[in-house]
Amino acid sequence: MFSAWEIILEPWATPEQASWNLQIAIMGSLVCLCCSLVGAFVVIRRMALLGDAISHGILPGIVLAYLLTDSLAVGPMWIGACLAGLGCGITIEWLRTKTPLREDAAMGLTFTSFFALGVVLLSLQAGHVHLDPACILYGEIGLIPLDQELKLWGHSLGNQSIWIVGLVCLGTIAMIFFFYRVLLVTSFDLSLARSLGMPVVMIQYGLMLLLALVLVASFESVGVILVLAMMILPTVSSSFLFDRLPIILLSCVPFSIIYAFGGIQLAYWMNFPISASMVLVGVGIFMPCCLFGPKGGILAKLRLKISGKYLRAP
Amino acid sequence: MVGSSRIGNIFLSPDSTLSNRTLRFLFFPFLLIYSIQTPLGAEQIFASDQGTWIHRAIRFWSFEDPSMQVILIGVLLIGINCGLMGGYVVTRRLSMFGDTLSHAVLPGIAIGYSLSRSGKEWGLMIGATISGFLGVAIISLLKKYTKMKVDSAMGLVLSAFYALGICLLTHLQQSTGGGQVNLENYLFGSLVGLSESDLPPIITCLCLVSVGFILLHKEILVSGFDPSFARSIGLPVDFIQLLIWGLLAFCIVSSLQIVGVVLVSALLIIPAATSWLLTYRMNHLLILSAFLGGLSGLLGCFFSFLTNHLPAGPTIVLCSTILFLIMLLFSPTKGMVPSWLRSRKRGNKIRIENTLKACYQVLEEFDFKKQCFPQSLLSRRRRKSDGEIEQEIDNLIRHGYATRIKSSSKKFGENISDTMISLTPSGWEVACRMIRNHRLWELYLTKKASYAPDHVHDDAEKIEHVLGEQAVRHLERILSNPRLDPHGKLIPSQDDIERGWTTGPSAAN
Repeated sequence: MFSAWEIILEPWATPEQASWNLQIAIMGSLVCLCCSLVGAFVVIRRMALLGDAISHGILPGIVLAYLLTDSLAVGPMWIGACLAGLGCGITIEWLRTKTPLREDAAMGLTFTSFFALGVVLLSLQAGHVHLDPACILYGEIGLIPLDQELKLWGHSLGNQSIWIVGLVCLGTIAMIFFFYRVLLVTSFDLSLARSLGMPVVMIQYGLMLLLALVLVASFESVGVILVLAMMILPTVSSSFLFDRLPIILLSCVPFSIIYAFGGIQLAYWMNFPISASMVLVGVGIFMPCCLFGPKGGILAKLRLKISGKYLRAP
Repeated sequence: MVGSSRIGNIFLSPDSTLSNRTLRFLFFPFLLIYSIQTPLGAEQIFASDQGTWIHRAIRFWSFEDPSMQVILIGVLLIGINCGLMGGYVVTRRLSMFGDTLSHAVLPGIAIGYSLSRSGKEWGLMIGATISGFLGVAIISLLKKYTKMKVDSAMGLVLSAFYALGICLLTHLQQSTGGGQVNLENYLFGSLVGLSESDLPPIITCLCLVSVGFILLHKEILVSGFDPSFARSIGLPVDFIQLLIWGLLAFCIVSSLQIVGVVLVSALLIIPAATSWLLTYRMNHLLILSAFLGGLSGLLGCFFSFLTNHLPAGPTIVLCSTILFLIMLLFSPTKGMVPSWLRSRKRGNKIRIENTLKACYQVLEEFDFKKQCFPQSLLSRRRRKSDGEIEQEIDNLIRHGYATRIKSSSKKFGENISDTMISLTPSGWEVACRMIRNHRLWELYLTKKASYAPDHVHDDAEKIEHVLGEQAVRHLERILSNPRLDPHGKLIPSQDDIERGWTTGPSAAN
C-alpha cells in the first residue's frame, strides 16, 4: 500500500526517471500552452467545433506529407496540414452556402470524410510503422524522450521535438502579441472591425493557419481529439475566474504546467496514458471553476438569482 | 405558419404505405440470419490471398462463406440503422451532437466491460447508453446554467469523456493482460472481430429503432419540427426527445465495433445528407438514407475485402462520401449538373426572347409596313457585333422563330450584302408576348406603384421573361385593357397575337 507521498514521488524517484518525466512534462506544458493560446480565440469566436473539424481534417495532409517525404519533419507536414485544413474549411463553407445542407451536417460530413481518407491513406503503406493509427487518436507523449537529440556545433541541446514545439509556441506568442488588437476586435465585434477597415477574412484564415501549425506540432504527442480539450479547457476554466482577455491568456501558462505535471502523476498512479490523464486533470480543475467561479459560475449565478428574487419582492 | 401547416398535413394524413414498405424492407435481413451455420474464423477469410481480384469479387457477392455472411449482415443492418437515426439527426441539425454522443459513450463501454465479464455485449450496451445520456445531460446543463456557449460545451464534453474512456480502457487492458479488450477496435472499428454473438444487439437496436419510427412516426415528426405545436396538442415532447437520445446512443454503441468512435457520426450524417439532396419529404428521406447506409456498408465491405488491407470502417465512410458526391452532382432535383443544365436552358430562352423583342422593335420602326428587315438594324438595336447577331439569328432559326431571306434590294438604303430576316408566325407570337409583358409591367409600375416612367425599364426587362399568362391577364384587368404604355407605344393585345403579324397591332380600339 502506497502512501500519498510515495505516489507523488514515484515518477521522480531516480535521476533517470526524473529527467525522462521532466522532458515529458516540458513537452506537455508547451503543447498545452500553444494549443490554449490559439484555442482562446477559437472559443471566443464560437468556432470550437470548427476547430474539432479541422483537427480531424488535417489528417490526410499530414499522412500524404509523411508518405511523400518519408519523415516526420514539421515543415512538410505543416504544409500538408495547412492545405488539408484549408481544403476542409473551404469545403465546409462551400457546402454550407452552395448546397441545401446545413452547417452542422456540412461540418460533420466533411471532417469525417477527410479523416477516413487519412486513415485509408495511412493503411495503404503497411511498411511504415512510425505513424500508427492509435497515435493519431491519443498521441504518444510518453515516448517523446526517445526522439533524436538536437545537435548544434557538437553540443547537445536536448530533445528535438521539445525544441520544435517550443519554437511553435514562441511563434504563437509572438503572433498573438503583434496582432493582439486586431484579433481582439475581430473576435468580439466583427462589424466594428469591418468599419475600421481590418482585413477580417484574412485574419480568419491567418488564425486557421496558426491553428493548423499548432495542431501539427502537437499532433504527435496528444492526437487529434485530445487537442480539442487542450484548446478549450484552459480558456473556459479561467473564464469563470477572470473576465479580461489578457489575464485569461496569461492564465494559460500556469494551467498548462499544472495539466502536464498533474497528468504525469495521475498516469503513473492509475496506469493511464499520459495525454489523456492531462485532459482528466484539466477536467478536474474545470469542475470547481465552473461550480464556484465568481464570474458566471453556477453558484454565483444561483446567488444572483436568489438575491434578485429578494430585490424584486415587495 | 407555412411550416406548421405542412406538418399539420403530415400529422393528419400519414403516409400509410410507409410502414408497409419499411417493414418489408427492414425485416428481410432478419430472415437471412436464421440460415447461418457455424462460422469460420473471419480473419482467415479477410487475410487469405487466394485468387485474382475477380475471384475475390465473385466470392464476395456469392455470399458463400458463413462468417462473411455474418459480417455482411452486420454491416448491412448497421448501415440501415444509422441511416434511419441519421435522418432524424440531420434534419434536426444535430449532426455535431451525434458526433459528441459517439465520443461520450466510450467510458460507458469501459465500465460495462469491467462490470460484466460474461454477457459482455449487453453490459457494454447499457453502460454506453448511460454514459452517452450523461454526456448529453452535461451539455444541456452547461448550456443552461453557465455562460458557456453550446459549441465549447460540446467540445469539452466530447474530449473529456473521450479522455476518460481512453484512460479506463487502457487501465482495463493492462489489468486484464491486454487480450480481452482491444482498444483499437473501438477507435477505428474492425470487421474481423464481428462474430455471431455481436448480432443480437444490432438486431435488437434495429428492431427498436424501426418499430419506434413506425409507431411514433407522427409524434417524432411533429415534436422534431415544431415542438410548440406538439406541446399544444398534448404530446410529451421531452419524453420523445429522451427516447430518441436513448435510441441514438444505442444505435451508436451497436455500430462502434465496425466503424469506431470517430467515424460513427459519418455513418449517421452522410447517408442522411445524401438523401437530403434527393427528396423534400421526411418519409422518403428516412427510407432513402436507410437504403444508402446499407448500400455504403456493403460497398465499403466489398472494397475492403477486395484490396485485402484497407480498414473497413474508413472504407465504408469513403464509399458513402462518394455516393454523396455523385448525388451532389447528379441528383435530379438539387444536383449541380441538372441545375446547371436548367439554368443554361433558361439563359438560352431569355437570350432568344431578347432577340425576338429586338426584332419586334425594328419592325415597329417601320410601322409594321415591312415583313422583313436587314440584320444590321438588329445588331444596331441590340448593340452587338455582327458576328454575335449572326449567332443569335442562327439560334432563332434553329428554334423555328425566324427565317433568312437573301435579298439584294436597296430599299432601306443600307448595305447591299445585308441579310434580310423575317419572323415566322411562332416567332412573331413570342416577340409580341414579350413586348406585351414588358410594356404592361412598365405601365403597372407607373400607374399602380407610382414609379417614375424613366425608372421602370430595368425592372420590366427582368420580369418579362417570367410573367405567366394568368398574371398578364390579371395585369390587363387591373389596368383595364390599356393600349399605350408609359412611353406612348402600343401594347400588343391578345387579339393581335392571335391574329398573326400581317399588319402589326391595331391602334383602333
